[in-house]
Amino acid sequence: MKFIQAIIKPFKLDEVKDALIELGVQGMTVTEVKGFGRQKGHKETYRGTEYQIDFVPKIKLELAIPDNLEQKVLETIARAAKTGSIGDGKIFVSEVNTVIRIRTGESGEGAV
Amino acid sequence: MKRAKQCPIWLLFLTALGCLSTLTAWAQEGTSHSIDTGDTAWILVSSALVLCMTLPGLALFYGGLVRSKNVLGTIMHTAIILCIISIVWVLWGYTLAFGPDVGGIIGGLDHIGLMGVGPEAFPGTGIPHLVFMVFQMMFAAITVALITGSFAERMKFTALLAFAVLWATFIYSPLAHWVWGGGWMAQMGFLDFAGGAVVHISSGFGALICAILVGKRKGLGTEVMAPHNLPMTVLGTGLLWFGWFGFNAGSALGANEVAASAFVATHIAACAGGLSWMIAEWINQGKLTVLVVASGIISGLATITPGAGFLGPLSALFVGFAAGIICYMAVIWKTRLGYDDSLDVVGIHGVGGFTGILATGLLASIGAQGLFFGNTSQFAIQAGLAVVALIFSVVGTYIILKFVDVTIGLRVSLEEETLGLDLSQHDERAYS
Repeated sequence: MKFIQAIIKPFKLDEVKDALIELGVQGMTVTEVKGFGRQKGHKETYRGTEYQIDFVPKIKLELAIPDNLEQKVLETIARAAKTGSIGDGKIFVSEVNTVIRIRTGESGEGAV
Repeated sequence: MKRAKQCPIWLLFLTALGCLSTLTAWAQEGTSHSIDTGDTAWILVSSALVLCMTLPGLALFYGGLVRSKNVLGTIMHTAIILCIISIVWVLWGYTLAFGPDVGGIIGGLDHIGLMGVGPEAFPGTGIPHLVFMVFQMMFAAITVALITGSFAERMKFTALLAFAVLWATFIYSPLAHWVWGGGWMAQMGFLDFAGGAVVHISSGFGALICAILVGKRKGLGTEVMAPHNLPMTVLGTGLLWFGWFGFNAGSALGANEVAASAFVATHIAACAGGLSWMIAEWINQGKLTVLVVASGIISGLATITPGAGFLGPLSALFVGFAAGIICYMAVIWKTRLGYDDSLDVVGIHGVGGFTGILATGLLASIGAQGLFFGNTSQFAIQAGLAVVALIFSVVGTYIILKFVDVTIGLRVSLEEETLGLDLSQHDERAYS
């Protein structure tokens, strides 16, 4: 099993979600987050005074998936979240040791 | 067929107009020393309109501009100043400003505690003396409240209370007397219709001294100090604009043709100011921001104030347009000069008021003549006395602040400032 964390542009969330559901992904967790990458934030102007805003609003998408879906999920997120301009985000993949479904007590891939 | 249908409506309209003008003529004949109900109604409403400028107008305008930890502290400054200055006005402020003239310098103490201020007509108007007093009371309150924008987010609350009382007593009342109470500036023919010098130069340049003596906010230049709620600021802008009709058109002290032209000039200048500041920032920085439209509107209103009743509509358009650009430049220069006038009282009210006083000397055409209308001496009077009002406010504010600093201390502690005024001064939070 793999754990995917994707940091994406907030307005791309619906597109990414719909594309993932089409693939057969069962669920996901979404968080509003702030951060910066190479883009290094952005500037805001208030009555002529410019402020450097270091942390830009993003969406963090988290999902656990079976190994066989990994390649497709990564491609789908990368495609759906892409605008081609700066600040499109990143995808992180890690191994999952255990998953437990709380209601039934199931574990392993069946619990995802 | 269509024309025939319209005719009766026009006839009706003309007849109504005819009746109205007969009524007005009749009313004007009777104004000399008796109470005019129309005038009284308008100034009562205007007084409430000016109240609405202070609370909630100015309170929301300033409240939205500060960080969320200081919004209550900022609103509180305006609210409590309204209460205190109104009481000061009743007890001694009014008589110092509008009591019988003593050597052109100050009003005598005849009206202390509003003694002798009753329902009889105020000299030269058709409104009761009480109504004149309460209208002027609102002006005193908003003038002191305007200054609070310069030391927002760091002033000690007890220091603010002392400062407000002293400033109203020693700066506002004398200045109001000189310009409006028959004092020496009035005797020289100084034109200040609704308070370019009395309200805006005095508070705006007093605010400069406040910003310098109270000092910069901790973290200025390194931390983000962006406004926490711009819709609140825009709401405040709208209420200030709405109330400004009472401020300027009410300053005609009657429901008459001067009030009408002041009303129109006020609206035109507000619109022109909002537009021109937006364009100035657009050209200079490539931005189109809501805050500068709000700021531009206020700059247009402040700048038209001294000339509202003296300027024609096109002059008002010119003044409003100039206001947005000049005040924009003043606010940009502030950053270069390095003082922390947090909410731009100097750039908008000080510079705007000064510009308006000068513009009145150039463009006055209704009830007075400016330079462009053949009165060559008016501009010199305007410029000279505006500088005197500025210096008076600067020096007086400096002395008052030094006194408050020694006796009470001006600033909150570093810890209190970091925590925010809401929690450190008032034990409340605006958003929980």
